[in-house]
Amino acid sequence: MAEFLTSIMPHVVERSDQFWQAFRETLQMVGIVGVLAVVIGIPFGVLLFATKPGAILQNRPVHFILNKICDIFRSIPFILLAMILLGLSRLIMGTGIGVKGAIIPLTFATVPFLGRQIEGALSEVPAGLLEAAQSMGCSPWEIITRVYLKEAIPGIARGVTITLISLINFTAIAGAIGAGGLGSFAISYGHSRGYTDIMWTVLIIIIIMVSLVQTIGNAVVKKTSH
Amino acid sequence: MITLDHVSKTFTGANEVHAVRDVSLTVDDGEIFGIIGYSGAGKSTLVRCINLLEKPTAGTVTVDGKELTAMGEKDLRQERKKISMIFQQFNLLPSRTVAQNVAFPLKGSGLGKEVVRKKVMDLLDMVGLPDKADAYPSQLSGGQKQRVAIARALASDPKVLLCDEATSALDPQTTQSILHLIQDINRKTGITVVVITHEMAVVKEICHRVAVMDAGAVVEEGTVFDVFSSPQQSVTRSFVSTTSNLGKIEALIAADDPMTALAPGAVIARLNYGHSNVSEATISEISRRFNVDVNIIFSNVEIIGGQSLGGLVAVISGDRVREAIGYLSEKNVVVEVLKRG
Ligand SMILES: Nc1ncnc2c1ncn2[C@@H]1O[C@H](COP(=O)(O)OP(=O)(O)OP(=O)(O)O)[C@@H](O)[C@H]1O
Ligand SMILES: [Mg+2]
Repeated sequence: MAEFLTSIMPHVVERSDQFWQAFRETLQMVGIVGVLAVVIGIPFGVLLFATKPGAILQNRPVHFILNKICDIFRSIPFILLAMILLGLSRLIMGTGIGVKGAIIPLTFATVPFLGRQIEGALSEVPAGLLEAAQSMGCSPWEIITRVYLKEAIPGIARGVTITLISLINFTAIAGAIGAGGLGSFAISYGHSRGYTDIMWTVLIIIIIMVSLVQTIGNAVVKKTSH
Repeated sequence: MITLDHVSKTFTGANEVHAVRDVSLTVDDGEIFGIIGYSGAGKSTLVRCINLLEKPTAGTVTVDGKELTAMGEKDLRQERKKISMIFQQFNLLPSRTVAQNVAFPLKGSGLGKEVVRKKVMDLLDMVGLPDKADAYPSQLSGGQKQRVAIARALASDPKVLLCDEATSALDPQTTQSILHLIQDINRKTGITVVVITHEMAVVKEICHRVAVMDAGAVVEEGTVFDVFSSPQQSVTRSFVSTTSNLGKIEALIAADDPMTALAPGAVIARLNYGHSNVSEATISEISRRFNVDVNIIFSNVEIIGGQSLGGLVAVISGDRVREAIGYLSEKNVVVEVLKRG
């Protein structure tokens, strides 16, 4: 087995410590930022949805601001966003490089992305349910939690899936600007030194991660749709 | 139970819509009150003003002695639990089972799990779906969904049930069964019911009193029998005529149908029984007394609110047609001569 691996990916085996380190870093980034994105992005998306004109907590100024934040951050290419946020990252995390340095830019890229997905998922909930809930004397909070969020679970699962997949994508890009992880591993060895086996290995691992996320996401959607 | 006092609702926007204009209505405790009108007449807006889903731009709404229009949001939500509503599109929560849907309004009521469970099962029994507790709404037919919606609406022990076109998405047979269910519940629990519809058949079937809406205003109001037997407004007349075939005769006359060909001296007349409390025996009576032939083309008599209502269209021929008609009028039968031979 070891022999076989050495024969097909000699440079990966040679640097197996660095490789595993990079893999761990990618998992850390996806894990930490994934949790942050869900924790911040879902409330963000709910507010974005609920403050819309005609919606349950309608509030023009708040909606205007959230909407603009969303548009702006979503339109900046990730690589530029990471550079712009370098200062903020140093301020908050104490560093602009490594996994620690990547968390702020990745979060800023992912939260608005997920927010939009959540807003879309909530918009799919039929308007009649709002009317029914109001007629039953539900408060806005109850309507959001017991009606919108509950009914939108499949849509939210879909949104989280897509967000995690773009997050995996972003972590690879972050590698180009010193974030560490598989992206950085592929760039510094696979690309710069021309070790194509490293390139392919990283690629396959990322494909597997993405497929895994998609498969789990699909299963959750299927299980929660009635 | 429900008092609307000079209620108006105007939607502002690109162009103003006066959806409800100065409506004053009283719905008594325990009655089934119908509101009928054509599409866009403002029925839904009016009924949504009762539970303040729509805030009236003017006027006051009082339900069960409490003026809702004077309340804050929080108190209003509390009151809404006593005013349930069912909808044309059922509005069940698709991600919850039938039992969870019915239990939905009971959250926060302080009832224990077992009590809620028993209550849900009793309600499902009442609407005839005891075996569907664990089904999801997507697995039910329209009629079954509406039954679940009714069970859910009753879970909070409301005093008022508002039905906005609750049977409009259902076939005639299912409509009947849902209407009878509502009637049954009204009789058993004494709940006050407001039924919004554009179908006269619905009003006829279960309502005690009815209000007719046109262009945002209530143009006519009364017991179903009164409104049916002597409609005052043209909107009302057109609704009443949809439930009877007596109006078809005009079209036949216009088309010169052979059925409407008359011998000299004969007439085609429409007789409306109205309040006269007579039956078709009157026909044989004029036949005997005045020696006329009465050939019935259409006949439509039904029992509304325990009284017979309707009439017939007939060709009356003979030498003493005029006297026969005079006699009928004496008996309070409204006679319209539509064509003379
Ligand atoms: N939210 C709203 N904003 C603006 N106009 C509205 C709104 N809701 C209703 N309207 C208007 O008010 C009028 C009455 O509408 P409403 O829904 O009450 O009629 P309806 O009698 O219930 O009709 P239908 O039988 O079709 O349900 C219509 O002209 C409608 O376009
Ligand atoms: Mg309507």
